[in-house]
Amino acid sequence: MIITTSKPFEEVLQELEGEDKVFIVGCGLCSTTCETGGEDQVAEMKAKLEAEGKTVTGTTVYDEVCHELNTKRKFRENKEAVGAADSFLVMTCGAGIQSVREATEQAVHPANNTVFLGNILRQGQFTEKCSLCGDCVLEDFGAICPVTRCHKGILNGPCGGTDEGKCETDKEKDCGWTLIYNQLDKMGKLDRFRKIYGLKNWQASMKPGKVIFEKKGEGGE
Amino acid sequence: MTLLIKKHTKPGIKEIFESGTFLVSGEIGPPKGTDIDEMIEHIDLLKDKVHAMNITDNQSSVMRYPSLGTALIIKEHGGEPNLQVTCRDRNRMAIEADLLFAYTRGIRSVLCLTGDSIPVGDHKEAKAVFDLESVQLLQLISGMEAGKDTGGNELGGGVEFYKGAIVTPEAHPIEPQMIKFEKKIEAGAQWFQTQAVYDMENFKRFMEAARKINDKVKICAGLVLLTSMGAIRYMNANVPGVFVPDNLVEEMKEAPKGEALNTGIRILARQIRQCIDEKLCDGVHIMAIGKEGAVPKILEEAGVDITKM
Repeated sequence: MIITTSKPFEEVLQELEGEDKVFIVGCGLCSTTCETGGEDQVAEMKAKLEAEGKTVTGTTVYDEVCHELNTKRKFRENKEAVGAADSFLVMTCGAGIQSVREATEQAVHPANNTVFLGNILRQGQFTEKCSLCGDCVLEDFGAICPVTRCHKGILNGPCGGTDEGKCETDKEKDCGWTLIYNQLDKMGKLDRFRKIYGLKNWQASMKPGKVIFEKKGEGGE
Repeated sequence: MTLLIKKHTKPGIKEIFESGTFLVSGEIGPPKGTDIDEMIEHIDLLKDKVHAMNITDNQSSVMRYPSLGTALIIKEHGGEPNLQVTCRDRNRMAIEADLLFAYTRGIRSVLCLTGDSIPVGDHKEAKAVFDLESVQLLQLISGMEAGKDTGGNELGGGVEFYKGAIVTPEAHPIEPQMIKFEKKIEAGAQWFQTQAVYDMENFKRFMEAARKINDKVKICAGLVLLTSMGAIRYMNANVPGVFVPDNLVEEMKEAPKGEALNTGIRILARQIRQCIDEKLCDGVHIMAIGKEGAVPKILEEAGVDITKM
């Protein structure tokens, strides 16, 4: 899931300066779980903006705001409220915000910061375990990712700053390489740790990423 | 090929080891800014007292005068530089280009480090690079020595360096460190400087383990000058991989007022003497961290004169 945090309300107000008619978009998936753009947060934002003298022409919360065709369809369904707005405040991840960008000519503003692809630990607690490097190395490291869980993302073992299984950047954070070492040791696979990993291919995650699958029935033999 | 190398006036680190001499190296920490007079004073002070000088590369992730530029200044002043290269601020291309330059200017020794993390330094919002790390950096140099860059392209003239690396004897747990030590040797490391060692008994155990892994690679003990209780508290809290043990903290605490630096000098001289007398390792690397002026006194107290070694 994509983890988002809310921007300070003052920053949102600055974004909307001079734009009085606002349409608010929330997402039923990730930002609902993160409580940054679900039904409750959208209603709360509407009330706060109205208290600041803004007119909220409408709100919508639906699954997959990142789905661009879906977003365009939702906007057609809300034609009147969407058409009355001179500004869109999007309470989703960056993908959702840019999906809205594709659906309107009007101003589009982010209400959230998009922070990482995260695992859910429990309600309101998220952690990053995958950084979308495009060339998965989990098989080699006991299914613990050094690219993400080591602060430096290095591939040949812990740096000199690790201490008692913690990272030099934060004594509360686990050293990813100690986790990997312990896991491989437990599996009797320390030979994987002994192997030198060559340079990583960063071209695999070159921006902007694009994937187009062949349609079923096409291109097959 | 025309090399712009000045005639070497001093033997390199490799030659020192090959002659069976116990290596004594020091360290130059470049300043933040262009006032380099004090650094040059330190270079002039150390150039004939130690075999070689490390130049730190934005040490502790604090932006400073560059290591490569300082290495050239050391050469201009007749000293022997040991160029530290970290992977935090430069990607593989930038490092390769720097190494080409370093080689043509007569730099013979490179110390390969991953580099401290950005948040421990003074540019906390900077983007960390870490395109590669210490083991891969050693491989990169080995590849350039074989005539190719990491893009697989032929170099019109390669490089040759005496390749050094770092190992942390006081790491907890030690096992992953020892595997990484072995990997660094496999990747081309010919000699090692250790991160700061304080506990000499632990260092002896480390050396036994290291010699079992490889008895040819040269290892120098990294020794840090303790200057004050404040410095100890700062190092323990902020310098990655550095842990000053209680017995030395006590010895520093008991120092009479105004005698802390002298106590630190005495401790370091004692450690150097122990390394030599007990043949613990192949050399020492003295890190005076801002108190480079104290190095001659440390060596004098330790009874070490490189002109007579």
